[in-house]
Amino acid sequence: MSIEQMIKENIVNTPPSGIRKYFDLINDMKDAISLGIGEPDFETPWSIREEGIYSLEQGRTFYTSNAGLPELRREISRYMKDRFNLAYQAEDEVLVTVGGSEAIDLAIRTFAGPGDEVIIPEPCFVAYKGCVMFTGATPVTIELKAEHDFKLQPEQVLNAITDKTKAIILGYPNNPTGATMGYDDYKALVEVLKDKNIVVISDELYAELTYKGKHVSIANFPEMKDKTIVINGFSKAFAMTGWRIGFACGHPAAIKQMQKIHQYAIMCSPTTAQFAAIEALKNGLEEVEKMVEEYNRRRLVMVDGFRKAGLDCYEPTGAFYVFPDLRKFGLSSDEFCERLLLEEKVLMVPGNAFGECGEGFARATYATSLENIKEALRRIKCFVDKLNR
Amino acid sequence: MEKQLLDILKTNGRIKEEDLAVMLNTSVDEVKSTIERLEKEGVILGYDTLIDWEKTDYEKVIAYIEVKVTPQRGQGFDKVAERIYNYPQVTACSLMSGRYDLFVVVEGKTMKEVALFVAEKLAPIESVLSTATHFVLKKYKDNGIVFNKPRKDKREAVVL
Repeated sequence: MSIEQMIKENIVNTPPSGIRKYFDLINDMKDAISLGIGEPDFETPWSIREEGIYSLEQGRTFYTSNAGLPELRREISRYMKDRFNLAYQAEDEVLVTVGGSEAIDLAIRTFAGPGDEVIIPEPCFVAYKGCVMFTGATPVTIELKAEHDFKLQPEQVLNAITDKTKAIILGYPNNPTGATMGYDDYKALVEVLKDKNIVVISDELYAELTYKGKHVSIANFPEMKDKTIVINGFSKAFAMTGWRIGFACGHPAAIKQMQKIHQYAIMCSPTTAQFAAIEALKNGLEEVEKMVEEYNRRRLVMVDGFRKAGLDCYEPTGAFYVFPDLRKFGLSSDEFCERLLLEEKVLMVPGNAFGECGEGFARATYATSLENIKEALRRIKCFVDKLNR
Repeated sequence: MEKQLLDILKTNGRIKEEDLAVMLNTSVDEVKSTIERLEKEGVILGYDTLIDWEKTDYEKVIAYIEVKVTPQRGQGFDKVAERIYNYPQVTACSLMSGRYDLFVVVEGKTMKEVALFVAEKLAPIESVLSTATHFVLKKYKDNGIVFNKPRKDKREAVVL
């Protein structure tokens, strides 16, 4: 038996993310503009980087406590209260993780296993489905619709729930659609979920990046708070993707078990990143606001540009993505994006990379310079004009 | 909107009014009239371009000069400041707190030219007590922009 035959079936059966082709194509190209990079274009603010450097100079090169530095957990606790009105005790309701990604994986592993079902509204961040499949649980997908501004509808959830449902994963502000959910949107959803034994895993990595109204978490509803794991982090808000640092907040009973997996699998988050993160929460919010202002301007330019180019495009209110509708061109997302890249050297990610129901759409990010955005929009308009001819 | 408009123009004076309208979620007419008003009110005084002269063949010398003066009765520092800033060689002039009184920026083609200006024009002014001239050797950052920074995207081409 070869080693290949020894690999677990559910690992082999989990498909890899479907964008390798674009990666290879664009890497051989000159003057291509990528609107496919799902991370901030800003470098981490200097005061944060400097704290990281300083911690290294001080010889802070050891493991921290499993849950993360106490000072960082205290800052996270304060931040969640000040910024989102969510109260979590630093001692036992906060866990510092290796990016939001680890927190997502921990939460899923803690609540789902073989025979269980996890509801995943799509299109969504690509890791949710994979992480569910790795546990042996079955992902049950819900198709979010452009006509609902990609907000999750309570009746969709009701229809997806079975006796086996253990958890539902929410990702708002959303990657790839840029959709957000406000208080009223959640209110109806809470009615459906409040009496069920279903855990909500709420991925709120983009919470700081909202452009119309303040971010709302489903955990803001008292009847949901104890059944929700809120996941947030530093990657998107503070432009700290490469540091790999995030956190999970929730009921002590849940955090305790998640921490156990974290302890055995990871030990602790990178120490340097933890020191940098303390500075981010203490003094970085002004920089966040500047970045959000800049994202917002680019957002408006990009939506306007897509519409002027003749692409239908609902207005995204969060994250840094626009999700234009390609259906009227009679091409698949993949065909549209591949031709756009080959003919006009602009990369957008086909919507179906984020779930089958993303077919007919594409994700474009405005986490790139205004100059790039304007040139990309000019090229996209040329391409669309060609298609319409 | 006004603050946002000023923030954008501060870093990009060449931006088109159409783009400003989109970014500020307003009409082109509104942008135009606001800019006109700000210009009229003297809030917007001009549109500058940040140039790295080191990269050109043109000669350019910049000196920062600390000037100590005796304030004049009834006019304070304003009168002597005016006598200084009226020279076209002076590109900036501010009243300062601390060890000296006026901070003066002088530009010229050569060090000699600037030094002579200080010796022959600036220093002899009646209420000027002393000057200290500092020549700029290298500019690292100006107007919030770092000079000689590679503007390459360091990210992977596709990230989901």
